[in-house]
Amino acid sequence: MVTIDDYGDYETAWCPGCGNFSILKAVKQALVASNLKPHELLFVSGIGQAAKAPHYLNANVFNGLHGRSLPVATGAKLANPNLTVIVESGDGCNYGEGGNHLLAAIRRNIDVTLLVHNNQVYGLTKGQASPTSAEGFVTKAQPQGVPSAPFNPIAVAVAMKAGLVARGFAGMTDHLSELIQQGIAHRGFALIDVLQPCVSFNKVNTFGWYKERCKTLPPGYDPTDWEGAMKVAFEWGDKIPIGIVYRGNRLAFEEHFPPLREGTLVGLDVDPVILKKIMNGYG
Amino acid sequence: MSREEPMKNHSDNKTRRMLNILIGGEAGQGLVTVGQILAKALVRGGYSIVVTQSYQSRIRGGHNTFAIRVGVDEVIAPRESVDLLVALDRDTVTLHSKDLLPDGLVVLDGASEIDGDSLLKVPFKELAQERFSNIAALGVVSSLLGLDQGTMAGTLDDFFGKKDATLAAENDRVLAAGVGWTTRHGTSSHKLSAVSDHHKRLMMNGNEAIAFGALSAGLRLYSFYPMTPSTSIGLALAGQAKRMGLIVEQAEDEIAAINMAIGASFAGAPSMVATSGGGFALMVEGVSLAAMTETPVVVVVAQRPAPATGLPTRTEQADLEFVLHAGHGEFPRAIFTPGSVEECFHLTRKAFELAERYQGPMFLLTDQFLADSYRAVRPFELEDLTPVRAGKDVAESPPYQRFAITESGISPRLLPGMAEHLVVADSDEHTQDGHITEDLSMRRQMVEKRLRKGEGIRAEAMPPDVVGDPNPGLLLVSWGSSKGAVQEAASLMESKGERVATLHFSQVWPLVPDQFMSHLESARQVVSVEGNASGQLTRLIRRETGFDIKKKVLRYDGLPVTPESILGELNR
Ligand SMILES: Cc1ncc(C[n+]2csc(CCOP(=O)(O)OP(=O)(O)O)c2C)c(N)n1
Ligand code: SF4
Ligand SMILES: [Mg+2]
Repeated sequence: MVTIDDYGDYETAWCPGCGNFSILKAVKQALVASNLKPHELLFVSGIGQAAKAPHYLNANVFNGLHGRSLPVATGAKLANPNLTVIVESGDGCNYGEGGNHLLAAIRRNIDVTLLVHNNQVYGLTKGQASPTSAEGFVTKAQPQGVPSAPFNPIAVAVAMKAGLVARGFAGMTDHLSELIQQGIAHRGFALIDVLQPCVSFNKVNTFGWYKERCKTLPPGYDPTDWEGAMKVAFEWGDKIPIGIVYRGNRLAFEEHFPPLREGTLVGLDVDPVILKKIMNGYG
Repeated sequence: MSREEPMKNHSDNKTRRMLNILIGGEAGQGLVTVGQILAKALVRGGYSIVVTQSYQSRIRGGHNTFAIRVGVDEVIAPRESVDLLVALDRDTVTLHSKDLLPDGLVVLDGASEIDGDSLLKVPFKELAQERFSNIAALGVVSSLLGLDQGTMAGTLDDFFGKKDATLAAENDRVLAAGVGWTTRHGTSSHKLSAVSDHHKRLMMNGNEAIAFGALSAGLRLYSFYPMTPSTSIGLALAGQAKRMGLIVEQAEDEIAAINMAIGASFAGAPSMVATSGGGFALMVEGVSLAAMTETPVVVVVAQRPAPATGLPTRTEQADLEFVLHAGHGEFPRAIFTPGSVEECFHLTRKAFELAERYQGPMFLLTDQFLADSYRAVRPFELEDLTPVRAGKDVAESPPYQRFAITESGISPRLLPGMAEHLVVADSDEHTQDGHITEDLSMRRQMVEKRLRKGEGIRAEAMPPDVVGDPNPGLLLVSWGSSKGAVQEAASLMESKGERVATLHFSQVWPLVPDQFMSHLESARQVVSVEGNASGQLTRLIRRETGFDIKKKVLRYDGLPVTPESILGELNR
């Protein structure tokens, strides 16, 4: 049996009070509940405060470039589908720099769980607006307030009928941990957008602000009802719904590839007979 | 001359040992089909070929050519002067008559109003429906060349397959009609001599040889975004993906393509990406990532004229400096610049081996000319070739350190998920166990470790090829796809009594001066030949050796370097 100690306890580079701490805790709880050993996991991250998270637990890690974690995760999952692949990065990383990769990952439905630490701001570069910052949000880089409308990741993912679409809140660790477990268990792409207070650079969307608004979806809510999910996806105001918003049922991407039906791409031999046949095809 | 009369002025019993055939027409006329079938029949007949494809960036119309230089003896370069001009449209005659040799022949449609000497006007409308007229032309050419008609018909059938019996029958009928008409009305002036020793040959272009080299090296994941002239590598691989057990994925952009390849390679699947300059510009941050995370990846850059979109379907050698310097920060790399289709195969394999051994990005730099140039190649000796193995099997004693500091700079590479060890890699500067660090003494050690791998890469660098007089009056220096053209230009000068040698680089980085300085110094005059406007290898040699090559023969009009273009410049 896996215990929380297997995942270690490390010093972090985060500000005291940051929402990232509870996300890290929820992740570890979910891994224990899923009974996954550290070496069975691959965490892929980009660059940002959130992207440092995989360094603070025991697992295989590929901490790549800003915005590019999804393609790396896709390649790794295709090479070895036995790995449980989790991407962890910020709102800037996934919705800004890497936006095109998010759309492609949803279309592919690759079996990867994407955890977005959504603090509605760029933390690591000290407080510029992010794609999810509210219109009018004032920063040193946007002194007149953000002129663009915010990106709605839940609406986009539901519109595209992504594998699993969920929203969590860092302040509700057990609930979040449950969402992460479901994301890992889901065969196909899972987006979990996590509302995360940034105590240093987001003085608007604070812990209290989120706590007041975040409400779990009602017990009878049916995440397989796409039209209902589309309505929920646009609820953002005095009440912000959290939970599993949508669940699709498409085939996972890797299941389309014949070589992966028999195993992984790792350590395969080149068949000399087939190779020779291919060569002779040029004759 | 009326088309009903045989062309007496061209009848002559001498057969030819070498010919240059240029087929021209609009895109969509089936010109590449005719070219490929004819080239294949020639290869099957034992001839050597060099194909040059020149096409416009459009799907219909425009003016495209498919040139086959064919010989009984080995052909190594394209030629500009034409023996046999096969005009599927009027523009071909207008544009290429100037290249026709004095005893050359033009095959064109009998309905054309063009008249003159050296024309063979074929009544295509009588021979076939319009959509089969390219096959009629194939029959005409094959008869003019005196090819074995069994080989020709067999090649045609193989090309289209037997699935559509009506189509196959009509193809055969039209081919025979073309041959029959030419037997009655043609000429024997362009018959090829028969080939006596008849080794089995393959017909492959540069891109196919790269794809096949990658398959033999153990490629498992190929991710790409389409961009001419690299795209056909992906097509060749996609066709074999199922039976070879690899994944070919069209990525959302080139940034994704290289990051996907890096992710796959990190997890244990040997990977490759291919693109052209513009796509490579997008990949550059990924190149630096592969270097920092010490992840093997093979990157093919098939050059085309730039800046920006440039001339999408033409050729150039102007990205040497770009590929050499691509990626922020300092890290080692090797850049291979194949000079032939065989080298495309062997150097792709070598790039895979170096990428795995030195754990980082390795490059193949080709261009549109070589990518699309079909050649007759001897089958490769596959028996002695082993694929690369990703990572090491042995479990290191824990705790495992992915970036352990070693004398060679090479750390043991284990794969994630294969045993209880944990593999941690970071694009940030990292400790030996792969975790992010700002310890500045660790930073120094990691920089030095990565650069030490460059010493091994350098020790394995291939020396340039030297051919010709050991104390030449003239030494021609070149790299990449122009190898054959430069060597042929040198032979032509030698046959006139000049003392000429060639120094050709099929690997342009790392440069090891000890391997070639004596050749530069012993020549009375050194001239570089490059397919760019500023002499990029010339500049690199000066930077690395201090040797200044003063005279440069440069071509940058989008067409390949040819023996004629070199001699023309030298004699100016
Ligand atoms: C190509 C590139 N551009 C810019 C940066 C600088 N950069 C690092 S993190 C970051 C934004 C981080 O925001 P987010 O992804 O929301 O993460 P957070 O720090 O808020 O957790 C930026 C712009 C970079 N590292 N790489
Ligand atoms: S800057 Fe914000 S997101 Fe980053 S650690 Fe500090 S509080 Fe957390
Ligand atoms: Mg953020």
